[in-house]
Amino acid sequence: MSRSFTLTIDRIKCDGRGLCAELLPELIRLDEWGYPIIASGAIPEHLLPLAQRAVDDCPVLALALRRADRKQ
Amino acid sequence: MTRLLATADDRLPLPRVDGRIIDAIHQSGLVGRGGAGFPTAIKWRAVADRSRGNAVIVVNGAEGEPRSEKDRLLMTTRPHLMLDGAFIAARVLKARRILLYIGERHESARQSMLRALGQRDEPERALVSFAAAPARYVAGAEMAAIHFLNEGIATPTTTPPYPFERGVDGVPTLVQNVETLARVALIARGTPADTALITLAGAVRQPGVVEVPSGTTLGEALRLGGGATESPRAVLVGGYFGSWMEPRVAWPAALDRDLRLGCGVIGVLPASRCPVCETAGIMRYLASESSAQCGPCFFGLRALADASSRIAEHGSSADDLRRLQRWATEVRGRGACKHPDGAVTFLASALTVFANEFAQHEAHEAREVQLSA
Repeated sequence: MSRSFTLTIDRIKCDGRGLCAELLPELIRLDEWGYPIIASGAIPEHLLPLAQRAVDDCPVLALALRRADRKQ
Repeated sequence: MTRLLATADDRLPLPRVDGRIIDAIHQSGLVGRGGAGFPTAIKWRAVADRSRGNAVIVVNGAEGEPRSEKDRLLMTTRPHLMLDGAFIAARVLKARRILLYIGERHESARQSMLRALGQRDEPERALVSFAAAPARYVAGAEMAAIHFLNEGIATPTTTPPYPFERGVDGVPTLVQNVETLARVALIARGTPADTALITLAGAVRQPGVVEVPSGTTLGEALRLGGGATESPRAVLVGGYFGSWMEPRVAWPAALDRDLRLGCGVIGVLPASRCPVCETAGIMRYLASESSAQCGPCFFGLRALADASSRIAEHGSSADDLRRLQRWATEVRGRGACKHPDGAVTFLASALTVFANEFAQHEAHEAREVQLSA
């Protein structure tokens, strides 16, 4: 069985730089103030590499991938 | 019937307790009485599983909810019962410290706790120290309490780690509201209190705390407070993180069974007051109490407060109503703590219960706007 992942944000670290929404517009959009809104549910498998890229490129390390079956 | 209030605060021998008290707490259905309503037994088990004789118990008497009074009344009138709850927690969870975290403005509550502690035996006294909770809305949130006790800053931090994993001093920590601990003490004695503690506020003849038997309706509780002073337009159930309800729905509802009581504040809004202006005033307060750490809360609540204030001061606008609806949905779940969630729960209930008033609101005279500013 393949593992499923979700994206989580450390809301205190997040600065609203918006890079994640540029890298992964399929799953992340920004609110009026530039802070990310993440689509709910597990990340579709074909988007996993892009999600990993968004996590790696977040300038304040606020974005993370989590196993979906894990609490938080 | 066992009561929390109106009962002599006798110092009784601490009942012998072990881990089985957690099962008794579970069976009693006790949930946290600070507002969040989290099942107490789950919290205790999480700490019990991790404590290696070093856990910390934080007795949460911050009571930062503006209209709530029940926690300080309990600290003032039943300090020994509350201490019993804290010492039971310390014994069962193998704690080496108890911190009494009491709102800095609740002076008589602090004095009462100091006096009661002075009457306890030395081994018990040695466990306890006092800390003054800053008079801010978020200071009572458990992560903010832990942050304050560790570093002197009463703002929430990101979870995980949760308090049961790494709390005060980096060890497993139980943060528990004072009423909850008092109820645990009664459960341990085999005399649980089948009651609800309610703070009546707003347009009621005798505002203040009442204790009512389980199953009491909201209307009956209000009658204990002398009833509403005038015809009510709505009632706010559960304080500023609670929900507005129509009187015809709320009055027959059983407080503890049918309603989300939260911190137990019941606020009556009279028909003579404007619900839109009232809502805008509370939203401004909640926005100003954001700890300004998370963008969606800091900017989102301010924008929601601004939009509701614009409707209050300049009259209804379809654009602002749409923004309120959209932002109230978007902000939810996007803070490190539950402050934004509580605020939008409150606002969403206002947009439902006061839908007509929001849609037809006219610009108010400055005099009226000042009522809730």
